[in-house]
Amino acid sequence: MMNLTKLISSASSSSAASRSKTLISSSSSLLNRSFSTDDSKVLTIETSIPFTAHNCEPPSRTVETTEKELLGFFKEMALMRRMEIAADSLYKSKLIRGFCHLYDGQEAVAVGMEAAITKKDCIITAYRDHCIFLGRGGTLVEAFSELMGRRDGCSKGKGGSMHFYKKDSGFYGGHGIVGAQVPLGIGLSFAQKYNKDEAVTFAMYGDGAANQGQLFEALNIAALWDLPAILVCENNHYGMGTAEWRAAKSPAYYKRGDYVPGLKVDGMDAFAVKQACKFAKEHVLQKGPIILEMDTYRYHGHSMSDPGSTYRTRDEISGVRQERDPVERIRKLVLAHDLATEKELKDMEKEIRKEVDDAIAQAKESPMPEPSELFTNVYVKGFGVESYGADRKEVRAVLP
Amino acid sequence: MAKSVKELGKQWMISSFSKRGFSTACSTLKSSSSSSSTMEKQSGKSVNLFTAVNQALYIALETDPNAYLFGEDVSFGGVFRCSTGLADQFGSKRVFNTPLCEQGIVGFGIGLAAMGNRAIAEVQFADYIFPAFDQIVNEAAKFRYRSGNQFNCGGLTIRTPYGAVGHGGHYHSQSPESFFCQVPGLKVTFHSASIGALHVEVFILYLQSPAQAKVKVVIPRSPKQEKGLLLASIRDPNPVIFFEPKWLYRLAVEEVPEDDYMFPLSEAEVIRHGSDITLVGWGSQLAVMEQACVDAEKEGISCELIDLKTLIPWDKETVEASVRKTGRLLVSHEAPVTGGFGAEISASIMERCFSRLEAPVARTCGLDTPFPLVFEPFFMPTKNKILDAIKATVNY
Ligand SMILES: Cc1ncc(C[n+]2csc(CCOP(=O)(O)OP(=O)(O)O)c2C)c(N)n1
Ligand SMILES: [Mg+2]
Repeated sequence: MMNLTKLISSASSSSAASRSKTLISSSSSLLNRSFSTDDSKVLTIETSIPFTAHNCEPPSRTVETTEKELLGFFKEMALMRRMEIAADSLYKSKLIRGFCHLYDGQEAVAVGMEAAITKKDCIITAYRDHCIFLGRGGTLVEAFSELMGRRDGCSKGKGGSMHFYKKDSGFYGGHGIVGAQVPLGIGLSFAQKYNKDEAVTFAMYGDGAANQGQLFEALNIAALWDLPAILVCENNHYGMGTAEWRAAKSPAYYKRGDYVPGLKVDGMDAFAVKQACKFAKEHVLQKGPIILEMDTYRYHGHSMSDPGSTYRTRDEISGVRQERDPVERIRKLVLAHDLATEKELKDMEKEIRKEVDDAIAQAKESPMPEPSELFTNVYVKGFGVESYGADRKEVRAVLP
Repeated sequence: MAKSVKELGKQWMISSFSKRGFSTACSTLKSSSSSSSTMEKQSGKSVNLFTAVNQALYIALETDPNAYLFGEDVSFGGVFRCSTGLADQFGSKRVFNTPLCEQGIVGFGIGLAAMGNRAIAEVQFADYIFPAFDQIVNEAAKFRYRSGNQFNCGGLTIRTPYGAVGHGGHYHSQSPESFFCQVPGLKVTFHSASIGALHVEVFILYLQSPAQAKVKVVIPRSPKQEKGLLLASIRDPNPVIFFEPKWLYRLAVEEVPEDDYMFPLSEAEVIRHGSDITLVGWGSQLAVMEQACVDAEKEGISCELIDLKTLIPWDKETVEASVRKTGRLLVSHEAPVTGGFGAEISASIMERCFSRLEAPVARTCGLDTPFPLVFEPFFMPTKNKILDAIKATVNY
């Protein structure tokens, strides 16, 4: 049985060592106090654990960053965390309806990935999409409006929690059918290659989704045509209530591409994620697809109707929180580099809380979509959808 | 596990492969058209719908050692708690979780059934049945036909929750039944017992919430219906897709006999008698239609309401007899109107009763849009929409 110790130890074993190392490597930054960070000052940080590679040479554990990026990671991840906690209470007060899947625990994946790529690169994911959207530059107001089905939402309130999109920064959403987004991502990457965009696609899926047949179809296509596609398996170790080992003969998802190289990454370490994504991008542009398995964890249940504690122990959850929490890891790094004091970080979190509250208040002011929106976007504008009244005889209209 | 399945399969092939009809002997309750009074006399505990499903599954597993139950999260009870406790009771070789792979689940079920077993597969939501569409349409439905009756997967039953829940959004609300009502080859032989026949029976049971039940007639016959129909589906010698109205899993409560009983498939039931117009529906939509009937009655319109139960092969005779009496027909379902099963009913009744019809057949159905997140009430064929259609048809 995949157990607590394994989950926890996979990342924590070397964290003490890496911390002392980072302390040494960054002693020069002591002068830079809190928020007036030095953008150009390069820090080096060791990833929590080494990468495990399949059919490729793993990248170095030493990650380059800047003070600004380090502090930025803290802020972004704290914001994501807060957004998800707030969504939880909005759901409970019935302001969010439908199905809602939260990302808290997995923030390092969204943040680390974004740090390694540009908005020309595409991301496509499943329904656990709030924080990916935020990472792509989406705003809190758009996010909360969408969650509450309001006009100012990123999908005009028509999608809800599971269907966030942001075209201007290459975020292809937000998909409800488990596994379906991966072949789509391969299609995106083909277009990128054909257009000589020098950009890549990150197609994200879960450990549960990894068992869907279409994943392997997509993988073969991508490898056959050397497409710049990065398959990102966010392994949070459960697909709904099913632990990975119950559903997968081999839960070593990074190896499951067989002929496709893979890399196992500590998905709770934003810098490891960044390093892996940077490496992967270079790799796929030259050699075709790669799988990145992000070893991560979701704190919440699968969706809002799942308390998340029937198929895993509370000890397991609190163990991960204590040993591997992605936000705490960054907090420690910030403190170790003396970029801010504990109090300053607490204040920052307070500000974030307010920012989130303000966004919610604003989103609540956003009106519901016009009822006629029910009929729009079914077909291209002008092609029309016939809508009928109660008896299909008296009220008949062709809506836009 | 593979071994035990094989052995059991063999055993079953020898002992009962030649049996037609239901493979397990037990009483078949006729679903009487006169409703609640007889039902209420039956002893049994008051249970909700998902418990009735649980009871049926329990009996199916207990009475047939070659019955298996599987699907995503099924051994933990499933997302709707329908299979709670069954893994403990029957062991992990007969009640088990599958990986997340609908196409694989159904394909596996077809193979398992082809060895003479009862394969009870769960697709977690009807919205997720589409990855398995090919297996159902091309493999399950045509196996018997194309092998000249050497093989079949008649032991396969696919259970899946369907329909609106109030705020399910795009992928937890759909009613995909009509896709399965047009499987090529089906119409050729739609009587379930004929040799060489193949068909996928699609049916949906009728249930009501207690609140609605107070209003009228067939009150709490639902979980009881569920149990009898599910058992009949599991034991039917043809592959069956069994749609369960998830809206009512917890809402519908009634006394359900504890014993082993079945209701016949392909037999519609008149659940409310009337003389001015016939209403046909199935599943949770019947509760809405029932309310429309009550309101119409206040305005002096007498409605006859029919629960179709099985969509293919469907009971044309019962519907025809009713329309011959009333001269008018309204069909209602949640699925979008275009290409919905209402179209088929409408066309068939037109063919059979053309000269008797006093108004065009009305269809009050879901709109021709994707299932919406925020506009569910607009999308749905609500009571008032049905009532308007009743009046328009009667006053045509
Ligand atoms: C085709 C399909 N089958 C089933 C579901 C129901 N479902 C939604 S999420 C989920 C579990 C997915 O787990 P995983 O891929 O590990 O992603 P995670 O939720 O852990 O992020 C299931 C079974 C679905 N949405 N689509
Ligand atoms: Mg998972």
